[in-house]
Amino acid sequence: MASDVSEQIEVPAAQRRLAWLSRSTLARHVLLAAGGAVVLYLISVGLDPYRDYLMAQVAAMVVAVAGLTVLIGLSGQISIGNGAFMAVGGYTGALIFMHLHWPLGLILVVAAVVAAAVGAVFGLAAARLRGPYLAGATLMFAVALPFLANQFSGVLGGDQGLGFFITSPAFLGVNFSLQRWQAWVNCGVGLVVFVLLANLTASKVGRSWRAIRDDEIAAALAGLNVAGYKILAFIVSAACAGLGGVLLAIYDGTVSPSLFTFGLSIQLLTAAVLGGLGSLAGAIWGAALLVIVPIYLQDVAVSHGFASQATSAAIPTLAYGVVLIVVMLAFPRGIQGGLSRLVKKKGSL
Amino acid sequence: MIRSHPARLAAAVAGVAALSLVAAACSSSSSGGGKPGGSGVLTASAPGITATTITIGSHQPLTGIAAPGYDEIAPASNAYFQYVNAHGGIYGRKIIYKYLNDEYNPAMTSTVVHQLILQDNVYAIFNGLGTPTHLAVAPFINSEHVPDVFVASGCECWNAPSTLPDTFGWQLDYIREGKILGKYIEQHFKGKKIGYFYQDDEFGQDGVKGLSYEIPKSQVVSSQSYDPTNIKIAPQVAALKAAGAQVVISFSVPAFTALLKLTMLGLKYNPQLAVSDVGSDPITLAGLLAEFAKNKTAGFGNSLTNGIITDGYLPSTYETTNSWIQLWQKIHTQYLSRYQLDGNVLYGLAVAYTFVQAMFKAGKNPTRQDLVNAINGGLPQAVGVAPFAYSATDHNGIVGAYLGVIRNGELVPTTPVFVTNDTPTGAITTLNAAQPSAPASGIPSP
Repeated sequence: MASDVSEQIEVPAAQRRLAWLSRSTLARHVLLAAGGAVVLYLISVGLDPYRDYLMAQVAAMVVAVAGLTVLIGLSGQISIGNGAFMAVGGYTGALIFMHLHWPLGLILVVAAVVAAAVGAVFGLAAARLRGPYLAGATLMFAVALPFLANQFSGVLGGDQGLGFFITSPAFLGVNFSLQRWQAWVNCGVGLVVFVLLANLTASKVGRSWRAIRDDEIAAALAGLNVAGYKILAFIVSAACAGLGGVLLAIYDGTVSPSLFTFGLSIQLLTAAVLGGLGSLAGAIWGAALLVIVPIYLQDVAVSHGFASQATSAAIPTLAYGVVLIVVMLAFPRGIQGGLSRLVKKKGSL
Repeated sequence: MIRSHPARLAAAVAGVAALSLVAAACSSSSSGGGKPGGSGVLTASAPGITATTITIGSHQPLTGIAAPGYDEIAPASNAYFQYVNAHGGIYGRKIIYKYLNDEYNPAMTSTVVHQLILQDNVYAIFNGLGTPTHLAVAPFINSEHVPDVFVASGCECWNAPSTLPDTFGWQLDYIREGKILGKYIEQHFKGKKIGYFYQDDEFGQDGVKGLSYEIPKSQVVSSQSYDPTNIKIAPQVAALKAAGAQVVISFSVPAFTALLKLTMLGLKYNPQLAVSDVGSDPITLAGLLAEFAKNKTAGFGNSLTNGIITDGYLPSTYETTNSWIQLWQKIHTQYLSRYQLDGNVLYGLAVAYTFVQAMFKAGKNPTRQDLVNAINGGLPQAVGVAPFAYSATDHNGIVGAYLGVIRNGELVPTTPVFVTNDTPTGAITTLNAAQPSAPASGIPSP
């Protein structure tokens, strides 16, 4: 790259700058995120309000899936209950929003912290379990937690849930599209989470997780605090899920038990696996697939007159299942895994 | 395995960009840019209205737990719209009714309603079904100033003209219904022990609130609620039995009314059952009872529903000489023969009629606000046995009902129509005026 620069004196300076950039992971990721922010901004202003709304939806899912993919792909622990952490975040956010009227940024932080705290408690138990037993424990969590809303319906609003309807800030003007604002908030949070996760996984913590995932005994012998790192992975994943939960509540306008069903936890897992376990880019693919494909299929079904009868209303769901199976057959290592293999093949030719 | 490499992150960002661009390319943006025309010319006066069509949208449970029975409502409404379209439409415009499946899941309700308003540019949201589902979208619909007319739920929450100015209820609200049902039980079962069984949300809670305005607290021996996601209701039924309740009043959806009846049978407990209108459609109940009990004997379901006390705010199919029932039968035969003419079909037809009534009143080239103003100005009584409450300060719908008993799969009215308001002290009075007849054309006059 330095050869492009013709003047001799400037070469070392440019090289120094580039070297600094390649040495500093944080700077590199922040720069990339800034680029991503510009791209996402340009997309959001080019889209109609409905596509902005879908963008917000994808971003919320991306955040939750990213946390899960780090937990499973890196630390090697499985969770089929991250929807419950999303509920923790979502309800925390809604409660603060309703009763304390804090600014949105603060709500997001507190919701993530509360979800992380619940994740820490759960991680303590999880560190003692592995494989199917861990999966079972997280599953129980996801199934049981929504019932709390019915048990404490005075505070949590029961089946009906709580309202969480944010409006766009006044400085953007009265006619500013609410959906665009939601897309900005959700994508902004998504970018921050990506920078943090990318750094974390490139750091000592990430290396330790990988070591533990590949061989727990070897990692322990090498002096790693295995239980500590495993709990940390749970905390990180729960914090991401909690944030995702608030973001989901923001574009949905409410939190209710039916928003955080066991099905949501399975969806998160599906997105992580489809996208490619352990890959942050994969989290984007997985979340986008999960949000956009069912909507697209319902559109097709409606325009062909399928969805107007109870008997054929299940067709979009059926087709969605087929799409998932096909993707899994075509890309056994997830979409990102498949893509990077394609890129490598092309490169070697 | 984690991709923290810059190239990969860049690829990820590019991925989102690509997907969004694809999405943008697929988007269909069409908004009515109508010219101001003369009074005789039909113009694209509002989003969703063209010179020839009116497009409206709805969210409905076509699959999922609430689908049995309720999935007939939107097709029934659509049948009435087809009838209107075939007979001149609304000032010549044809109604296009686009209803999407939300599976009775508020998360999906949010998605489909955003799609209807932001992408499909519907003129109004019509008859969105369900209390928790519609609560999730009502603030959004109002923030977009889209008329949110005739919500398919009797929750008092739709009567909030100051916070939800564009939202209107339609059916008898659960508080009024509770009062009317409660007074009847109080008068006809004096001194008997009464038990409540209700769904633990606004639906059941509003109903019990209305009941409690009329039934002395000392007479209620047990109050049991259920959660619609948990079908194990034996503990609640056992508690009602243990308390010795001789009359059980139930604010439940059809599936839970059927479960209640079967669980009572299993416990050899046979109190007088009184059920709110939404959970008592005889045909839906008979089908569910036969299905749950796995009993295919003809007449099994009807044998179990016989004697249930309930109320009705629309004429019953039992009244074969009623002009409205005759109109519904005619449209049913012509457009909707694949369903039985049950309470859900009656409901869908009747609420669609009310929408056409409101559209005619809104004028030839209505804006969205014109429709809201038209309803705020009040609608004449038509499909219901009692008048509407509509005014600028009251967004409730039908204000009264008759009591009846289920016999051989039909609701047989046994009392005159009672009307009341939604306050604790508001009197319950007999309505003396008869229901106006259906117009011969089957279409409201402008």
